[in-house]
Amino acid sequence: MEIKKHSILVVGSGLAGMRAAIAAKESGVDCAVISICQPVRSHSVAAQGGINAPLGNAPESKDDSVERHAFDTVKGSDYLADQPAVLKMIGLAKETIYELEHWGCPFSRFEDGRIGQRPFGGAGYPRTCFAADRTGHSVIHVLWERSVMLGVPVYEDRFVVRIATKDKKVTGLVALNFVTGELEMWECDAVIFATGGAGQIYGATSNALNCTGFGIAVAAWAGVAMKDMEFIQFHPTTLYGNNVLISEAARGEGGYLRNNKGERFMEKYAPGQMELAPRDIVSRSIYQEVLEGRGYGTKENGYVHLDLTHLPESQILERLPQIRELALRFSGQDMVKDPIPVQPGFHYLMGGIHVDENCASKEVAGFYSAGESACISVHGANRLGGNSLFGCVVFGKVAGLEAAKYAKEVTSSPDAKYAIFDAYKKQQDEIDYWYSGEGKNDPFEIMEEMRTAMKLKVFVYREESSLKEALDKMRELKKRFNEGIFLKSKIKHYNRELEWIFALKGMLDQSEAICMSALARKECRGGHWRLDHMKRDDDNFLKHSLVNFENGVAELSYHDVIITKWQPEERKY
Amino acid sequence: MSEQKKETKTVTFKIKRFNSAVDDKPYWSEFDLECNDGTTVLIGIQEIIAKQDGSIAMRYNCRAGVCGSCAIMVNKKYMLACETLVLQLKKKVIKIEPLPFFPVIKDLVVDMTPYYEKLLAIDPYLLRDHSKDPEKEILQSPEDFHIIEEATKCILCGCCHSSCVSVWTDKSYLGPGALLKAFRFANDTRDENKKDRIKRITAEDGVYRCHTAFNCVEACPKELNPTETIQTLKRQSVKQALKFW
Repeated sequence: MEIKKHSILVVGSGLAGMRAAIAAKESGVDCAVISICQPVRSHSVAAQGGINAPLGNAPESKDDSVERHAFDTVKGSDYLADQPAVLKMIGLAKETIYELEHWGCPFSRFEDGRIGQRPFGGAGYPRTCFAADRTGHSVIHVLWERSVMLGVPVYEDRFVVRIATKDKKVTGLVALNFVTGELEMWECDAVIFATGGAGQIYGATSNALNCTGFGIAVAAWAGVAMKDMEFIQFHPTTLYGNNVLISEAARGEGGYLRNNKGERFMEKYAPGQMELAPRDIVSRSIYQEVLEGRGYGTKENGYVHLDLTHLPESQILERLPQIRELALRFSGQDMVKDPIPVQPGFHYLMGGIHVDENCASKEVAGFYSAGESACISVHGANRLGGNSLFGCVVFGKVAGLEAAKYAKEVTSSPDAKYAIFDAYKKQQDEIDYWYSGEGKNDPFEIMEEMRTAMKLKVFVYREESSLKEALDKMRELKKRFNEGIFLKSKIKHYNRELEWIFALKGMLDQSEAICMSALARKECRGGHWRLDHMKRDDDNFLKHSLVNFENGVAELSYHDVIITKWQPEERKY
Repeated sequence: MSEQKKETKTVTFKIKRFNSAVDDKPYWSEFDLECNDGTTVLIGIQEIIAKQDGSIAMRYNCRAGVCGSCAIMVNKKYMLACETLVLQLKKKVIKIEPLPFFPVIKDLVVDMTPYYEKLLAIDPYLLRDHSKDPEKEILQSPEDFHIIEEATKCILCGCCHSSCVSVWTDKSYLGPGALLKAFRFANDTRDENKKDRIKRITAEDGVYRCHTAFNCVEACPKELNPTETIQTLKRQSVKQALKFW
């Protein structure tokens, strides 16, 4: 059996992955990207509104600074972010954005030719750089272009399903090649997981279909903990119906949220920042309006109106063309003339793979992670809009540089190949079993039950009884999965069903971690809102949750938050 | 606004199947599916994979018409499966096929190498001497940004390349997708290679192979206009050649 080799393997071809590969390649290290999809097809492409940096380009943001951006981020995180990591990220903001611009990123511009910046939620100044409402699309294309110029190989249509380690050190990967249906062995000195978020756990999500968080589970099976999994961002404005994202830019440009009485209800919840309060607050406010009967639709699946009709048509056409098109297509409403129906939906996982501010794991040497799959942690309990694309590029670069440094120094273990072969063999046995037809449970039924339970019991509002029910449910579903599931299709080539079975296995472990961490965190912080513990509790919970799966059984522990500059204060907007 | 209608109708999905590893020729599979107002072709196929036949192969990802993965033919028209609402097609049977021209790997999954090769041939990246870059951004006026903006909306789905009659008859032709990309760089005020770019696209495999059939314009799910862009490139190439004289 052939074992392919690159010194650094980047898993994922989104913003963080491509930026990491570029950094590693520019450091002179042999590096390749393995991805489930073709480049530019990753979910990064769907990010609309923008990418933050304190450039001070807007007339009203002359006083903006690294410190102010960092403070907004820490406050937005409800003080759960590690402050040195936040300061590092924002310290690298300007150079990272200018780099993208120098490589050709087509940013929207101010009249004077500088990069355009607009207001976003939770930010003291307009600091969100944008390319109309296609910012993610524009940035991912520029990174792909740069990687082409540098000659970074991308191996597409491959699903990385296992990490091979020897003595707590990465030696390689096992990947499923969709086209052939065969497992492949890959040897490397270091891996960078930039595998994205996990919205598919809930189904009702703005996330792409590939966002199953599978990389987070694969890392956990190799001994790298999941961190802060209870912190999920429910974006306030996903389109009612299919939960496609309606960017915060719609509110940044001046859109109002209205209940069924036509009131701008944010007056009650965040009189200062109104619609531009951070996302956790706006999502809860919408949910509250719906629960109290001032929304539309049902209480279980209600929505409110996002109203842009008071804005000039030219502004919507110039700055929000794609969003208008999406809303028109899927809800039939033209936002120029009518309000559009929106509701909170799973948007971003603040938690993820436990790595430090150098994107490195302390548990497994040679393992790095960046982007949404990573929890570094800079977003803490709630991420600010515009900080995710930004975190992806900055930490993508950091991960690439750090992994390159490591790869240059490390000597590969002589029996590395045995560890890879061992991982390969175990994986092949599992796949053979799924194909054998011995399993009796339907994986898609299990997936549906998982999604329903997570949506109903672990949503914007949480409480002990429903969290317990959800955790029991996840354990029951895991049991059913482990008792044996079957594949309808026995054809190996491009078997999408097999991919969903892998993803489901990962989502069940992630769901268990989400429920466990959420149940144990008896406080309200950012995206985690407990109706039975209505206060933030810094004495007991100013710490990160860690869930380890090393021996197949989930174990919860805690890790201190690093606070250096700003002591926790009450969070008001 | 009233509650959205939840009217459902049974629609037959007729999907063209072919597994290049084992099949000699393609065949059709039919699946009946209950569809409502919100059912897109992609959601429909997902449901078929989950409940009826797991072996249907297709690429997909974003569900919002921006990643370009799910370009296919529906009733002989180029479409993104994720954006196409089934009931709005107003047909009892919908025929779903892979993009023509590209070799089929399996079912709706095609090998897009012929298109990517052309994209790579036009140096799809900004070329400039970065040693002279300013510390901050390179200034670009909103007007100059608007010149390239339309072309930057391209999602590389490959519909235009697949639809182009000139591509079908001459495999060396760069094609509308690659030329749109070439326009985007040749007209970016930050790019320092405009002359060479124009020269490149004027070669035998370049803009003059376009016979303005406008297939690419009809095929583009993003409503871009590669044909017009190619005509602009033709004018730019003439202008450059005249200056050379």
